[in-house]
Amino acid sequence: MSILVNKNSKVIVQGFTGSEGSFHAGQMIDYGSNVVGGVTPGKGGQTHLDKPIFNTVEDAVKTTGADVSIIFVPPGFAADAIMEAADAGIGVIVCITEGIPTKDMVKAKSYIQGKNVTLIGPNCPGIITAEECKVGIMPGFIFKKGTIGVVSKSGTLTYEAVDQLTKAGLGQTTAIGIGGDPIIGTTTKEAVEMFMNDPETEGIVMIGEIGGGMEAEAANYIKSTGNKKPVVGFIAGQTAPKGRRMGHAGAIIGGADDTAAAKMAIMRECGIFVVDSPAEIGETMLKALGKK
Amino acid sequence: MNIHEYQGKEILSKYGVRIQQGIVANTVEEAVAGYQQIAERTNSKFAVVKSQIHAGGRGKGKIVGTEQRGVQLAKSADDISTIATNLLGNTLVTIQTGPEGKVVNKVLIAEDVYYPGASEPKEYYVSILLDRGRACNVIMASTEGGMDIEEVAEHTPEKIIKEWIDPRVGLQGFQARKVAYKLGLTGTANKEMVNFLISLYNAYEDTDSSMFEINPVLKTSDDKILAVDAKVNLDDNALFRHKDLAALRDKAEEDPTEVEASESDLNYVKLDGNVGCMVNGAGLAMATMDIIKLYGGEPANFLDVGGGANAVTVEAGFRLILKDPNVKAIFVNIFGGIVRCDRVAAGIVEAYKSIGEIPVPIIVRLQGTNAEEGSKIINESGLKVYSAVLLKDAAELITKVLA
Repeated sequence: MSILVNKNSKVIVQGFTGSEGSFHAGQMIDYGSNVVGGVTPGKGGQTHLDKPIFNTVEDAVKTTGADVSIIFVPPGFAADAIMEAADAGIGVIVCITEGIPTKDMVKAKSYIQGKNVTLIGPNCPGIITAEECKVGIMPGFIFKKGTIGVVSKSGTLTYEAVDQLTKAGLGQTTAIGIGGDPIIGTTTKEAVEMFMNDPETEGIVMIGEIGGGMEAEAANYIKSTGNKKPVVGFIAGQTAPKGRRMGHAGAIIGGADDTAAAKMAIMRECGIFVVDSPAEIGETMLKALGKK
Repeated sequence: MNIHEYQGKEILSKYGVRIQQGIVANTVEEAVAGYQQIAERTNSKFAVVKSQIHAGGRGKGKIVGTEQRGVQLAKSADDISTIATNLLGNTLVTIQTGPEGKVVNKVLIAEDVYYPGASEPKEYYVSILLDRGRACNVIMASTEGGMDIEEVAEHTPEKIIKEWIDPRVGLQGFQARKVAYKLGLTGTANKEMVNFLISLYNAYEDTDSSMFEINPVLKTSDDKILAVDAKVNLDDNALFRHKDLAALRDKAEEDPTEVEASESDLNYVKLDGNVGCMVNGAGLAMATMDIIKLYGGEPANFLDVGGGANAVTVEAGFRLILKDPNVKAIFVNIFGGIVRCDRVAAGIVEAYKSIGEIPVPIIVRLQGTNAEEGSKIINESGLKVYSAVLLKDAAELITKVLA
C-alpha cells in the first residue's frame, strides 16, 4: 500500500511537449512511472517520447484510461488545465507550475469541490511512491521503499528530510510536496489523514513553514486520532521577519498564528515530535519509532 | 507588490469608489500649488499633508530628530510649505518602518473631509483579503475605524464583521447590505456604504489584488462614504496580465540590494545578521536561516537561487551577499535534485576567481545529485572553503568559523 499513486497509476502529462514537461516526463518514465501519454492542444495525433499526444484531457482519458495527471503548463493557463483534468474525470491531479495568480486558484479550487478528485499543489515538487511511481520533479534516487510518509510544503527541504530518513535506514511509503502557495489543493491535514489511514505507513514526517493555519489544523487532527502513529515535525522560517514574502507566495507572517514559534508550540502540545533543527529529522524519527 | 496611497486611491476612483481627493507632490512648490488647487475646489483653507511611503503608522510616526509627524493638517499655504519642507527628503520612522525608517520622496496634499455639518463624521474600517483556510475572499468591516485592526481583533473580536464571498458568484448585494446594517448605518449613508463596498470589491477582483485595507473609511457630516486612506497590495503572480499596474512599482521604496537581486532573477530578502546564505529552494533557504541561528550566528539574508543554479547565478549571489558589510561568513547549502552539485561547485570556483579575494570564510555544503564530484571539485580547487556533506556537519562549521 501507499497513498494516491502506485505502480498501477496511468499518468498523463499536461504541457507534455514544452521543455519542462518533456524533461520531467522523460525522468518519470526512467523512474518507472507508467506514463501513458500527454496533452498539448494542436498536437493531437502526434507522438512524443514514444507516447501519444492528445488535444484534450478528455481524449487522453478515453483512449488511455489515465487516472493521474501532472501539469507543467505556464502560470496563466495552469488553473484552466486543473479544471480540464477534473472535468475529464482524472482522480489525482498534480500541478507543478509556480506563479499561478491567486484569483485563478480560488476559482479552480472552488470548481473541483464536490468532484471526486485530489489536487496536489500547485507550486510543488509533486508526489512519489518510492520505487513505484514518480509524478513530480524530485530526484528519484534518494527515495527508498519503506514505512515513512512525508508531507511537506517545500521541494528541496523534502529532499533533505527524505535523504536523512534513507540514511537512517528508514524508507518511505509516499512523499507528497503539497506546495507553497496560499491556495493549494491538498492540505497538510488531508495528507496526514491519508497516511494515518494507510496500513503500510508507520511514521509521518510533516514539514511546514510560516504563513497560514494548515499545520495547526493538522496538529489538532493528529491529536484527535490519539497520536495513532508518531509524527516528526519541522517548521521552516523561525528566523523570518514579519510581513516579508520568503520565496513561496504563501510564506509570509501576517499575524501571530503565522509564526514558526506559534506553529511549533501547537504541534508540541498535540504530541508531535518537533525538531528545532532541520538536520535532526531522520534521527528524531528513529527515536520516535523506538528504534534508537 | 505594495503601492502608494495616492496610487491606490487612483485605482479605487476608476472603479467608482469615492475617495478623499488629493494631489501628489514631489517638491515643496508642487505641494503649495496642489494646496491652492484643492483650497479653490473645496472652498476651505484646510488640507492634509500625507507622507507617501510603503508603511503604515504615518500619523503617529515622526521625522528623525524632529517632532514633525508623517501626516499633518495644514491651514494655509505657509503651513503646507513648512510641513512639506520638513517631510520631503527626510526619514520618517513609524511603528511599521523599523528604526531605520523610510525616506519621504512624495507627499499627498489631500482635501479635508472632516468638515462640520448635519451629523458627526464617523470613521469605519473596511478591508478585503484572501481567507486562506476557506480559499475565498472575505470582506472585513468594523465600526472601530482608524484603529489597528489586529488590536481590535484581539481585544474586541465581536466588533469585526466578516462576509465571505463565494468565488462562483462574487459579492452579492445582500452581503453588502448586511455589512452596512451591521455597521449601524441607515438612510443615505447606508446606501452609500453598499455602493462603496460593491465598487471596492469590483476594483479588488479586477486588479487581481491580494489585499485592500481602507482605514479609515469615513462617513462625512453630509452622509457620504469615502476612502480616506488606501493600502493596496497587488498579487505579484498576476502582474504579468496587468502591465499598467506593474508600472506602479516604486523601486525607491525597496532595498537597493533586493532590487538588484530581482533584476538577476534571484529571490533575496535582506536581514540584519552576520552569516550570509545561498540556497536552492525557498523552504530549504528558510531552514538554512534557522540553522544558522541555532548554531550561534544570525542570518544576514534569505536567498533562493532556484532550480537553475549555475556559475552566473552563484556569482551574482556572492556579490549580493558581499555588499553587506555585516557578513562574517557565507553558507552555501545546495541539495541537488535537478541541479547537479558538480555544476554548482564549478560555479563556486569560477565565481570565486572572478570576484577575486572573498574576505570571509565560506562553508559549502553540497548534497544530492553528483555530490561527491562536487566536493572533489571544491577540495581540489585550493580555495579556502570549508566543505561538508551532512547538514549537521555544515552547521557545526558555522559555530567554528564564527568563534
